[in-house]
Amino acid sequence: MLYMALIYREEPADFDPQSAEAQKMWEDYGAYTQKIIAAGQFKAGDALMPSTTATCVKKNGHKITTTDGPFAETKEQLGGYYLLDCADLDEAVAAAADIPHASAGGTIEVRPVIVPGG
Amino acid sequence: MTRFATEISHLYREHAGRVLAALITQVNDFDLAEEALQDAWLEALTRWSRDGLPKSPPAWLLTVAKRRVIDRLRRRGSVEKNAEQLKWAYELEPTWCSSQDEEIPDERLRLIFTCCHPALKQTHQVALTLRTLCGLNTEQIASAFLSSKQTLAQRLVRAKRKIRDAGIPYRIPEAENLVERLDPVRAVIYLTFNEGYSATEGDALIRKELCDEAIRLGRLLHSQCPHPENAGLLALMLLHDSRRNARLDENGAYIPLDEQSRDCWCDEKLKEGRTLLLNTLAANRPGPFQIQAAISAVHADSKASGYTDWKQIVGLYDALRDYLDSPVVQLNRAVALANAEAPEPALSSIECLKDELAQYQPYHAARAELLSQLGQTEIALDAYARAIDLSGNEAERRYLIAKRDALSTIRNQ
Repeated sequence: MLYMALIYREEPADFDPQSAEAQKMWEDYGAYTQKIIAAGQFKAGDALMPSTTATCVKKNGHKITTTDGPFAETKEQLGGYYLLDCADLDEAVAAAADIPHASAGGTIEVRPVIVPGG
Repeated sequence: MTRFATEISHLYREHAGRVLAALITQVNDFDLAEEALQDAWLEALTRWSRDGLPKSPPAWLLTVAKRRVIDRLRRRGSVEKNAEQLKWAYELEPTWCSSQDEEIPDERLRLIFTCCHPALKQTHQVALTLRTLCGLNTEQIASAFLSSKQTLAQRLVRAKRKIRDAGIPYRIPEAENLVERLDPVRAVIYLTFNEGYSATEGDALIRKELCDEAIRLGRLLHSQCPHPENAGLLALMLLHDSRRNARLDENGAYIPLDEQSRDCWCDEKLKEGRTLLLNTLAANRPGPFQIQAAISAVHADSKASGYTDWKQIVGLYDALRDYLDSPVVQLNRAVALANAEAPEPALSSIECLKDELAQYQPYHAARAELLSQLGQTEIALDAYARAIDLSGNEAERRYLIAKRDALSTIRNQ
């Protein structure tokens, strides 16, 4: 089955990608990605730019409305995702629990993916 | 009921859970398994009343249910996307349905981990466990939990859908996760027991059934998955249940534990619970269920009203707080402390709980009792009034009203 692991975490206002902390996080993600590739679970995965770069779009007839910022004004924001190929939910939960942000105060939302015709 | 009907209903209670569990874990589909087994039971009613019981009724049911699974898959087979399942069904038929006399595998443990999967809401876990492993029908479960049949049915549908769509597996968790996955299983079993034990509303027979089913699941867990806390849970339920008949007098009035007639306690359950607990404690791997069972056992050791070893109970509540430091545990400890020492320290130890337990009847009842022992009659009467307001249980309510009335009579003298 395919599972989407959505990574939610608090966004620090003064995020510095050069900080030692940020560098360490990148390294942890690199190691994690290598691990799930080796386990045959990795399908895709990306980190997203901060939610301050987000634009929300709606279309009503021909009129396109865009608004600044993320869809939901919650404390935790979507920061990235992995698409995982796992046998069942237990395997997906175990894989998601190793995502670095899961043990850094974030929350991983695991959702099965609809496979057309499946 | 005719003898045949009694026999069938007995067989149903005895085997329904096990046959269903075996079938579900083989077809990986709750609804399909349930429907097919229902067909098999219907067929059994006609066949068995005519030809007598087969050698092994559960094996007969499982075999027939498997054939009905195949029938149902074939009927669905016209839809192309089921082709693969259908192929599977054709391949299975010759071997899968041939073992009518064999002992059927006991897959209930696997299934209980599916039903109590932490990805399901607890109310859904409870409903699904009772429906699947205990063979209680939706109406019975609804009545036991004082909710509508519709709500219950909806919970079952949602739970089954999530199991299917989210890919919740039918298997015993890996060793490294087993201990934490046992927590929700024990919670569901104990919740079921408490629902049957504490409520006095609703159908008495169904409530007794809930306790029996919880104990039955507790036995299953204890025998198939040895863990000190599983034994502790079973001991706790047996010890509580041994006092079931002593809690109400002939008029249905509530009798507190210390005043119960020891003759009404069930010796057999008491002995089993106590032996199990002692053997478990010897392993020296304590946990909250073992400690709660120990508290219950100390009560059981009291040979008559007034002989309870409250000091030991206070000590056990202190130990329990290392695992489970809830306001309710603190309240129970205070009640024990009042009995072991004096009401003042007990009362001051619960004052800090007044916000958290504002809606909890036993808090106000305990506070009323302590205040009245300290001669603070007016405040005690207010606390009784609050407890009576909050009581949702008729026997308990009458008990509290009697206490309050006795206190106000003393005041007016």
